[in-house]
Amino acid sequence: MQNTSTMGDYQTAQTLETFGFLPKLTQDEINDMVAYIIANGWTPAIEHDHPSNAMNHYWTMWKLPFFGESNLNRVLEELDACRRAYPDHHVRLIGYDAYTQTQGVCFVAYEGRS
Amino acid sequence: MSANTYKAGVKEYREKYWTPDYVPLDTDLLACFKVTGQPGVPREEVAAAVAAESSTGTWSTVWSEYLTDLEFYKGRAYRIEDVPGDSESFYTFIAYPLDLFEEGSIVNVLTSLVGNVFGFKALKHLRLEDIRFPMAYIKTCGGPPAGIQVERDRLNKYGRPMLGCTIKPKLGLSAKNYGRAVYECLRGGLDLTKDDENVNSQPFMRWRDRFEFVAEAISKAEMETGERKGHYLNVTASTPEEMYKRAEFAKELNQPIIMHDFITGGFTANTGLANWCRENGVLLHIHRAMHAVIDRHPKHGIHFRVLAKCLRLSGGDHLHTGTVVGKLEGDRNSTLGFVDQLRESFVPEDRSRGVFFDQDWGSLPGVFAVASGGIHVWHMPALVTIFGDDSVLQFGGGTQGHPWGNAAGAAANRVALEACVKARNQGRELERESRDILTEAARTSPELAMAMETWKEIKFEFETVDKLDVG
Repeated sequence: MQNTSTMGDYQTAQTLETFGFLPKLTQDEINDMVAYIIANGWTPAIEHDHPSNAMNHYWTMWKLPFFGESNLNRVLEELDACRRAYPDHHVRLIGYDAYTQTQGVCFVAYEGRS
Repeated sequence: MSANTYKAGVKEYREKYWTPDYVPLDTDLLACFKVTGQPGVPREEVAAAVAAESSTGTWSTVWSEYLTDLEFYKGRAYRIEDVPGDSESFYTFIAYPLDLFEEGSIVNVLTSLVGNVFGFKALKHLRLEDIRFPMAYIKTCGGPPAGIQVERDRLNKYGRPMLGCTIKPKLGLSAKNYGRAVYECLRGGLDLTKDDENVNSQPFMRWRDRFEFVAEAISKAEMETGERKGHYLNVTASTPEEMYKRAEFAKELNQPIIMHDFITGGFTANTGLANWCRENGVLLHIHRAMHAVIDRHPKHGIHFRVLAKCLRLSGGDHLHTGTVVGKLEGDRNSTLGFVDQLRESFVPEDRSRGVFFDQDWGSLPGVFAVASGGIHVWHMPALVTIFGDDSVLQFGGGTQGHPWGNAAGAAANRVALEACVKARNQGRELERESRDILTEAARTSPELAMAMETWKEIKFEFETVDKLDVG
């Protein structure tokens, strides 16, 4: 039986929507998500913004979405370039589904150093 | 004299309403009924009687029939089929001309199709299995106020099912204590919480107080978590006037979503409220109290796939569909069949899912399928597999029954959900590897580990009462 001393106390956390409750994804797991986007025929895209703007609908786009890109490494290179250019920004990876006009994938791959 | 001579008396229905050579028009509304006639009455006569009684006919010939062209207005029974594994009943397919129905009125469609005919003495049982709505009719209906795509954009939820929970105990909490339960769930990681269906405006918690405390809970949770949150404020009320008053107040409080019970509230109220939601930018969650009274008997009533189709036309952004795996009735294939009707733009005929017609939904937005009722973290892999991303998974007891409280219970469910989504995206088989996936995720989440321990033995394994018809 639990008593008050064994009971856990859940502390509210600032989270960033999908995958916000998992440990940060490893590089391998991020690669898997890019592969999933490409396998679904979705368009990979990258967005970034300062953590203070995280709740806004619009973040800044990194270049344009990579229409027709099927090379996983090219997307990973861009993710890395975006992260290096904006080390204090959150960087999120998106998979645009043109058929449903929504995002089949959207999660923050790298969190900005604050 | 022409054939149009009036002779008083009772004619056999099949002379006029059984038309096996008829080829249905694209604009016809088609229906499939499962019919169980009284012994000794020929199938064609029973089928024709159903067509007649649900359209233009009555039991006796009347002179005023000859003032119009009934050939243009009558329903026609055009096909009869055996029900696999059932010698007593048969399917009849009926085509109704478009002009029989008022534009945009699900009320009118149902009043005809499931009106007097269900009490007809020549029938032992009658069940409306499916309706094919013609595109010409669909274009007259408003449909979901926002739809799946718009709701995802407004709430900023992508690439996963949303997570919800009905606040418990369902009755008896004061408004302030109720708001506390909402806040705890939302700060713990749920996207949405829900009024129980029978929470309207009782003496222990009047609606206005509930709305105000819940609004504060949402705004605090959003501020602290950085995520968008909502609570389905139930505006189901005794009169439409009262319903709209509550909806207006929810909007005044900037609430993203309200809720309605579409069967007990009725389609008139539902269609009106959906129109209000569309005009005011508020999402609409739909509960389905009373559905099992109508849809559970395999030979009588209305199949839920028809009620689901009617709701998509009348308007709603979420609809409860059962869980397949939880405490409430629901066959897997049959559930997948009507979940498609809510979300897809075209659903082909598929008898293995109980779908009797091709259904083209045209430009009508999709409705989120809501799985709710007796589910807990161990069900998560199956739920993500069955319902996919365009769903809301609602754990009531499975959140608030956590030994450390609502926030920990919510976090446990959120971790389990995201672990399943990640594993699915990586190509793992969720249902086969469910134990491994959850166990791995629990290593970094004491809340999930505790939830898995709490609910490890709970199962709901009963035979489904309403099975699909197979031989």
